Amino acid sequence: MSYKMHILVCGGTGCRASASHQIITRLEECLKEKNLEDEVQVIATGCFGFCEKGPIVKVMPDNTFYVQVKPDDAEEIVNEHVIKGRKVERLLYKDPEKKEAVSDSKHMGFYKKQLRIALRNCGFIDPENIEEYIAREGYSALAKCITKMKPEEVINEIKLSGLRGRGGGGFPTGLKWEFASKYQADQKYVVCNADEGDPGAFMDRSIMEGDPHSVIEAMAICGYSIGATKGLVYIRAEYPLAIQRLKTAIHQAEEFGLLGENIFGSNFSFNIELRYGAGAFVCGEETALIHSMEGHRGEPTMKPPFPAESGYLNRPTNVNNVETLANIPAIIIKGANWFNKIGTERSKGTKVFALAGKINNVGLIEVPMGTTLREVIYEIGGGIKNGKKFKAVQTGGPSGGCLTEKHLDVPIDFDNLLASGSMMGSGGMIVMDEDDCMVSVAKFYLEFTVEESCGKCTPCRIGNKRLHETLDKITQGKGTMEDLETLKNLSRVIKDTALCGLGQTSPNPVLSTIDNFYDEYLAHIKDKKCPAGQCKALLMFHIDPELCIGCGLCARNCPVDAIVGERKEPHFINTAKCIKCGACMEKCKFKAVSTR
Amino acid sequence: MEKIKSLADLKRIKENVQTKIDLREKSEQVENLIQIKVAMATCGIAAGSKDTMNYFIENLEKNGIAAVVTQTGCMGYCYAEPTVEITKPGKDPIVFGHVTTERAEEIIQKYLKNDELVADIIPVNFETI
Ligand SMILES: Cc1cc2nc3c(=O)[nH]c(=O)nc-3n(C[C@H](O)[C@H](O)[C@H](O)COP(=O)(O)O)c2cc1C
Ligand code: SF4
Ligand code: SF4
Ligand code: SF4
Ligand code: FES
Ligand code: FES
Repeated sequence: MSYKMHILVCGGTGCRASASHQIITRLEECLKEKNLEDEVQVIATGCFGFCEKGPIVKVMPDNTFYVQVKPDDAEEIVNEHVIKGRKVERLLYKDPEKKEAVSDSKHMGFYKKQLRIALRNCGFIDPENIEEYIAREGYSALAKCITKMKPEEVINEIKLSGLRGRGGGGFPTGLKWEFASKYQADQKYVVCNADEGDPGAFMDRSIMEGDPHSVIEAMAICGYSIGATKGLVYIRAEYPLAIQRLKTAIHQAEEFGLLGENIFGSNFSFNIELRYGAGAFVCGEETALIHSMEGHRGEPTMKPPFPAESGYLNRPTNVNNVETLANIPAIIIKGANWFNKIGTERSKGTKVFALAGKINNVGLIEVPMGTTLREVIYEIGGGIKNGKKFKAVQTGGPSGGCLTEKHLDVPIDFDNLLASGSMMGSGGMIVMDEDDCMVSVAKFYLEFTVEESCGKCTPCRIGNKRLHETLDKITQGKGTMEDLETLKNLSRVIKDTALCGLGQTSPNPVLSTIDNFYDEYLAHIKDKKCPAGQCKALLMFHIDPELCIGCGLCARNCPVDAIVGERKEPHFINTAKCIKCGACMEKCKFKAVSTR
Repeated sequence: MEKIKSLADLKRIKENVQTKIDLREKSEQVENLIQIKVAMATCGIAAGSKDTMNYFIENLEKNGIAAVVTQTGCMGYCYAEPTVEITKPGKDPIVFGHVTTERAEEIIQKYLKNDELVADIIPVNFETI
């Protein structure tokens, strides 16, 4: 007798942090108490992409989507939903616009526009159970390649699919495999780049946690195609759960004979090992990554030679990103002609984005290339938080730029984002509203770059530091028009002369904010004002004499005695003394204190 | 663990484990499948709705009918329990009363297979979510 109901509990990093594993224990206990353990199965899955509202519990077959579930809610779910068939209303996801509970995931805006290829199994199967992966046609792609296709045929299929690298560069994957296959060597390597260093990005982590076998299967397919027998996953040590899931998956695949010697009775053998990174952003760059794996300093070197010719231990090496790889088995099974019908002219398939910032539905989403920013922000993302006004969306992380209102209807793909002055990058997408200061945003990314620059080349090491200083000066209200020119010139020099991709793209946030928000820079420089009210140094605290009743509360709370005034008379702020702490504004009961 | 040595081995394992995720795969596309909701509140259970539900689950598969069987709360027809609501894709839901296992068999053979209606249909005039 098979189970009548499946309860999927998210076991991703986000949800585990809020005790989702205890929900599983409690559910199992409650089911056992009611003798239902043979009728209802509890499954720990990977990330649903809805981490902000986690822990997520999904009940099937009715697709009920519970959010922010606590271990103590388990009993009610069993007693009400499982036994009596009544959904637990208070745990249902509420539509951010209509404020109504949504009965099932089929009716959630968040999922409606999504198309899940790379994330096809995340939040659907138990990632620690290879059988569930096999039931979802897992390893059939590898079987098809090894038993029915020649290596060149596999490469041609990937070329025909139009798949491009999801790690940032967007290089055609099939072509890359072809290069690696052409070089002769005693040993070749397949490397999976799981360094994922962009601030806020977690798509690769979620794939490895939620569907580790898809990455393993793809690496083996790549090995078969290019003639490599060794695979290496370069993963940051800060991803303990992903590491553990990968290890379990590799072990299971070996037990099933899907990794190891003579796979599917052929003479193809393939093994995978893990290599740990210490979480430096630059180590995600493929040459730096290879040096780091060899035990050298994680610094980039000039290309060519490309890794395909001389990579790990000077052998031909194919480096692919996690998400790129996760697409491979689906392409082999469904065919290149299925994949290349999805997306735009030159960007095929889907892209996973980490949607963050001032948006209602924060989370991990996967949409067909060509979806517009408007659809992503307003339909999937549920609009801007607290009804505020949309200002910009930052894509491409520290290498990318800001897009504005006028870009909302641009279909998202590699080329359109570049043409709009940003880039795809690894898929970070941070939404900003009217309260965000764009000069500060640029400064934030430069801070990151300065921190992460390896220091090997001068333009990046010193140039970025100067960019950061100049931006800081502007936010302090000390900027000049010459500074603005310096920013632009220096940015161009760094882009042209830096050694690796980190330096070559690091000025993008500066250039794109100057392009799109020139007035905001001018306001900081000429009027000494921050229109968004974020730059503390530029704030002026002011008491409205019409509203002030002279209670004196603000004056008593001012740490530097900057407020003067007679009792029952309007008070004044001595701006020369004021340190802009904001205490007066917080304390005043009559909203008399404002900033301008 | 017996190793997978051929495509046939993989296919065999896949068939064996398919049932593990069948329910989930069907739920992903409920709108294209027949949905059967069995009322499982106190009165329903007392009237034998559990047997009815099990009967549907076991026999739908035998008859090759792809359907999703769920339970719901009290539908308010205690006099006619066990009650079952059936929605065929693109059609309005129909509620059947007094669905014992024998009647379940009749519904499978007549309504689900041949679109023939059977006796004891409860008129519904409200929307459910
Ligand atoms: C500074 C820098 C950081 C990078 N970080 C990553 C990363 O974290 N993950 C990744 O897959 N690629 C990263 N890349 C891109 C890699 O160099 C390489 O292009 C990519 O792994 C190739 O795989 P793909 O073709 O599948 O995208 C980075 C590049 C640069 C310049
Ligand atoms: S551009 Fe920056 S990160 Fe890249 S090699 Fe030069 S200093 Fe290092
Ligand atoms: S707390 Fe407000 S009302 Fe009271 S003196 Fe200060 S500004 Fe005026
Ligand atoms: S902002 Fe702080 S320092 Fe300035 S007047 Fe108000 S309480 Fe005093
Ligand atoms: S970790 Fe649970 S939804 Fe992402
Ligand atoms: S920091 Fe800049 S607008 Fe304020």
